[in-house]
Amino acid sequence: MPEKPAPSESAPARRSAVRVLLRLWPYVRPVRGRFFTAGAVAIVASCLSLVIPLVLKWLVDGPVADRDPGGVWLGALYLLLLGITEAVLFGLRRWLVARPLSSVEARMREDLYGRLQRLPIAFHDRWASGQLLSRGTTDLMIVRMFLAFPLTFLVVNGVTIVAGCALLLAQDWSLGLVLLTPVVPVMVLCSYFERRYGVVARRAQDQVGDLTTVVEESVLGIRIVKGFGRHRSQAESFRRLAELLRSTELSKARLLATIWALITVLPELAIGAALVLGTVRVADGGLSAGTLVAFLSTALALRWPVDSIGFLLAMSQEAVTATERYFEVMDAEEERDAPAGAPAVHGSAAGLRFEGVSFRFPDAPEGAPPVLDGIDLHVRPGETLALVGATGSGKTTLTALVPRLHEASGGRILLDGEDIAVMERERLRTLVSVAFEEPTLFSASVGENVLMGADAAAGTPELDRALGIAQADGFVGRLPEGAGTQVGEQGLSLSGGQRQRLALARAVVGRPRFLVLDDPLSALDVHTEARVEAALREVLKETTALVVAHRPSTVMLADRVALLSEGRIAAVGTHQELLRSSTEYAWLMSGARTGEGDGRR
Amino acid sequence: MTETMLARREDPEEEREEPLGPGDPFDRDDLPAPRGATGALLRSLLAAHRFRVAVAALVLLVKEAAVQAGPLLVAYAIDRGVPAFRAGDHGPLVAVAAGYLLCAVGAGALQYVFVRGAARINQDVLLDLRGRIFRHAQVLSVDFHERYTSGRLISRSTTDVESLRELLSEGLQELIGVVLSFVSISLVLLWLDLGIGAVAVASFGPLYLLVRMYRRRAGAVYAERSTAIAGVIVKFAETMNGIRPVRAFRRERVNEAEFGALNHRHERSNGDALLEMARYVVGSRLVANTAVAGMCLWGAYRVAGGSLELGVLAAAVLYVRRLYDPIDRLGMFLNSYESAAASLTKIAGLLAQEPGVPEATAPRDLPERAGTAPGREVVFDGVRFAYRTGGEVLPRFDLRIPAGQTVAVVGATGAGKSTLAKLLARFYDPTDGRVLLDGVDLRELATPELRRGVVMVTQEAFLFSGTVAENIAIGRPDATREEVERAAKAIGAHAFIAGLPDGYDTDVRKRGGRISAGQRQLVAFARALLADPAVLILDEATSSLDVPGERAVQHAMDTVLAGRTAVVIAHRLSTVEVADRVLVMEAGRIVEDGTPAELVGGEGRYAGLHRAWRDSLTG
Repeated sequence: MPEKPAPSESAPARRSAVRVLLRLWPYVRPVRGRFFTAGAVAIVASCLSLVIPLVLKWLVDGPVADRDPGGVWLGALYLLLLGITEAVLFGLRRWLVARPLSSVEARMREDLYGRLQRLPIAFHDRWASGQLLSRGTTDLMIVRMFLAFPLTFLVVNGVTIVAGCALLLAQDWSLGLVLLTPVVPVMVLCSYFERRYGVVARRAQDQVGDLTTVVEESVLGIRIVKGFGRHRSQAESFRRLAELLRSTELSKARLLATIWALITVLPELAIGAALVLGTVRVADGGLSAGTLVAFLSTALALRWPVDSIGFLLAMSQEAVTATERYFEVMDAEEERDAPAGAPAVHGSAAGLRFEGVSFRFPDAPEGAPPVLDGIDLHVRPGETLALVGATGSGKTTLTALVPRLHEASGGRILLDGEDIAVMERERLRTLVSVAFEEPTLFSASVGENVLMGADAAAGTPELDRALGIAQADGFVGRLPEGAGTQVGEQGLSLSGGQRQRLALARAVVGRPRFLVLDDPLSALDVHTEARVEAALREVLKETTALVVAHRPSTVMLADRVALLSEGRIAAVGTHQELLRSSTEYAWLMSGARTGEGDGRR
Repeated sequence: MTETMLARREDPEEEREEPLGPGDPFDRDDLPAPRGATGALLRSLLAAHRFRVAVAALVLLVKEAAVQAGPLLVAYAIDRGVPAFRAGDHGPLVAVAAGYLLCAVGAGALQYVFVRGAARINQDVLLDLRGRIFRHAQVLSVDFHERYTSGRLISRSTTDVESLRELLSEGLQELIGVVLSFVSISLVLLWLDLGIGAVAVASFGPLYLLVRMYRRRAGAVYAERSTAIAGVIVKFAETMNGIRPVRAFRRERVNEAEFGALNHRHERSNGDALLEMARYVVGSRLVANTAVAGMCLWGAYRVAGGSLELGVLAAAVLYVRRLYDPIDRLGMFLNSYESAAASLTKIAGLLAQEPGVPEATAPRDLPERAGTAPGREVVFDGVRFAYRTGGEVLPRFDLRIPAGQTVAVVGATGAGKSTLAKLLARFYDPTDGRVLLDGVDLRELATPELRRGVVMVTQEAFLFSGTVAENIAIGRPDATREEVERAAKAIGAHAFIAGLPDGYDTDVRKRGGRISAGQRQLVAFARALLADPAVLILDEATSSLDVPGERAVQHAMDTVLAGRTAVVIAHRLSTVEVADRVLVMEAGRIVEDGTPAELVGGEGRYAGLHRAWRDSLTG
């Protein structure tokens, strides 16, 4: 139950915000021209906003005071021109970045997807897919918004504030200095706030990931939820998580409210002081009324740039944590092919050979016994070897080593004498075809799902043959659109037995040299099983196969049987031999503790 | 809608009524919501917070007033303060200083109150909406989920909820702020000078037209964007959940091409949305800046002509600039509003789905058991089950299973075995007739009562995130650790669980891929044992178990579950052999009914199956 959601990977030691954000550069680089132009445009537009009050001042002090109609016209014209330019520049900025920013988000998402497809299975075992998904969606949206808005405006507003301060000082340096007093305290507060906010923002993002996981599981496990009438308790655990997220969001809001209030109050106090001082000086005649109006007008124009710093920093901080989360996945080590060297060929040893293979999960605790330990096994060319073992003895793990879904921790596995560790994965997985214990179909037609197991040249004849072997031609023919019917998550859902038969067809369609079948007939009824077995025997004659078996009927497909016990090969022989020699085997095959299995014959 | 949903079921061998195609609302991710449902949803979400929204608006109003007071104080200082000060009267200036201090501190404090209050409303609404989506989805039928996919539901409860969050967290503030400053500044301008104020108000006309145009265009773009991101999520989730076969069958490149196309669709609509915004910004800024220039021109003329005070013009000019400050914010509000509206429409479409199996309105309790035996009697009374356009799965079906009997159901795929099980577990309701548990129609039982009565264990043994113990405790959430362990021991799962790194507290997600299918089925059984139902349904629940595992299950059924009524659907006749009674089904009918011994002795289908099975055991 999702009461304790999968813990998200803990944040690495905090790095500086700028360094984290700089990692976005490779994605921004291709659009840098437009991006920086947009930034420059934004700065110019903001400066125009600052110029407008100056024109107003000139208008009030000059033509208006002098009662000069021509000058008033001119001033209004300037104002209009500046206004139009400002509007066009605002639009231009948005137009420049609209497509590039969507493309940055899209590229990042594509890279994440591509990377995830190539990360080791062990990585996927550890990470709940909701956490991955939230990195690929909400986090990337945060990053896009950051590039669109806070990044530009932190720069623009920063420049505006500096330029504005310069203008203020130029207009009247003593009043200007009064206005500048809050700068230092505001900066100190901001940096303190930024640190605190980052921590909370990260927590909120992780909690969104956990929530996503629960939603996903509630659908994947819907039959269990319904079967046990647990939708209330399920909703209850969802609610607990959602409430956790709510309280995190509220503490974010508390931080934001504090900083925002301070950023509002401090500059406003300075403006008030400037107003009072300015008025006194106007009264003394030391300052013209127009100058004071222009000065305060400039100061008020700076109000938004200053006010905005609070939430701009907040959004930037969220972008920093979102970027960190993104790169946590991107930094994980991909599966890599060994550098192309001379393939280690041992011409003599054809078939599939395990030599001293051991395996432990990369994240297994220290001192835990390995899952597989010193496996020596040889499946001769054309032979079918059944792998039998108690539940949890490591059978599935052993089969996963052959197509390198997991990497053996020790020893080596040879295919026709070639060490798979130095083979290109692509080629290895062409040579080895697998039918998994849990048959997964993808959102595609039946035909496409099956033909995934063959090379691109394969077509209808191969498909028909494979469906025939798996005894799936009957039910596929009765589907609404035959082999063209959509199945998988977005299509028609098939029964377990039907899925298993399609997965089997997928495994055999490409006539692979090596075939790995993990309990391929478990969900079939007796009649179908018998027919599949008969057809499968023909296929197995021409391939080297490793078949995980739970029952005598499946064992019958094999020429020999290997008994896997506590991570080691305990015995190898024919079914009959093992029934006689191994009590464990007899027990596994018959369920009886003693050699009762013999009695069955 | 329910009928369309029911058209998708597990056994496709029977006819299905609706072809899959582009016309299908599920494929288009476009479930119909009744007219006005989107607005109604938003209103119902906010209704509970009406008072707090009003308070927040009030706070913001006062805060805006405090902020807007600035230029007024400037005008006052210049027009009154300066002459008074020259005359030696410091009073007005002191008043200005005090007023400014008050306004600054007040604005800050109110800002703080507003941000916190708005966040509270916002988060409560989101919590409510998330909960509604989740609870509703949980009530919808299995068939619905098979079609809707987990990816879409994730999209609804993350990215679509996120759109609403943006609207509420920024939008609400923007909207209130925009309206308040438009109204307040217009009023101040009108008060300062009727003429300038009138021009300002007149400029709202073209702005309104702009807003209308923007809304029309952006609405369509955002609807498309919401669909597009859902498509991306569906593909993403499917790939990650099937990562093993993706690898083994070298699907990486094909997937990347498919994902790229979906992602590109989202990229386009995203870009379109940003461009619509750019159009709006240019248009509105042009209107605003032209109006500013016009008003200044006019005001300046009048000052020059002597019909307007210089101080009034100075204040008016400051206000006019600020009048249009919020048009960008208005743009942002409209932007988040359209985005949220598109998302809410999708959510409303989901919430409008009627559960195929409605909760009992006037629930009844099961009668007290007659004896001490835990089982209950099951009766299928004239049950017919069909999909909308015919294709009967069960043509009029009568069956009585006495309390405590173990019934095995066998038959080929598509014979109706699973349908029988699902009717009894009330995953579906029958088209005609009734399914009775100790004489009570299943439709009259509240869910908790129903699940004390009937529990089903299916072939897919999914594990939820959490520990092994928590997964078993799904059977009975209030169970103690001892009870959980007892259930695991009874089913023979204790040994492997004890061998896990943290025993019962092992997090299955950390080693989720490492609990084998057989072990997962044992956990599923332990759950059922813990639930301790009167009627237990096993639908292919032993397929991944090895022979000893299967024996353990049988043993548990003889001991721990003795006396329960049990319906066992199995391909393995070893499971069937221990049944009191065997039903052979074909095309939705029972064609053979008897004890295993009777049927094996006969010449019927079961006898044939049994022979084939005996042969398969020995080869």
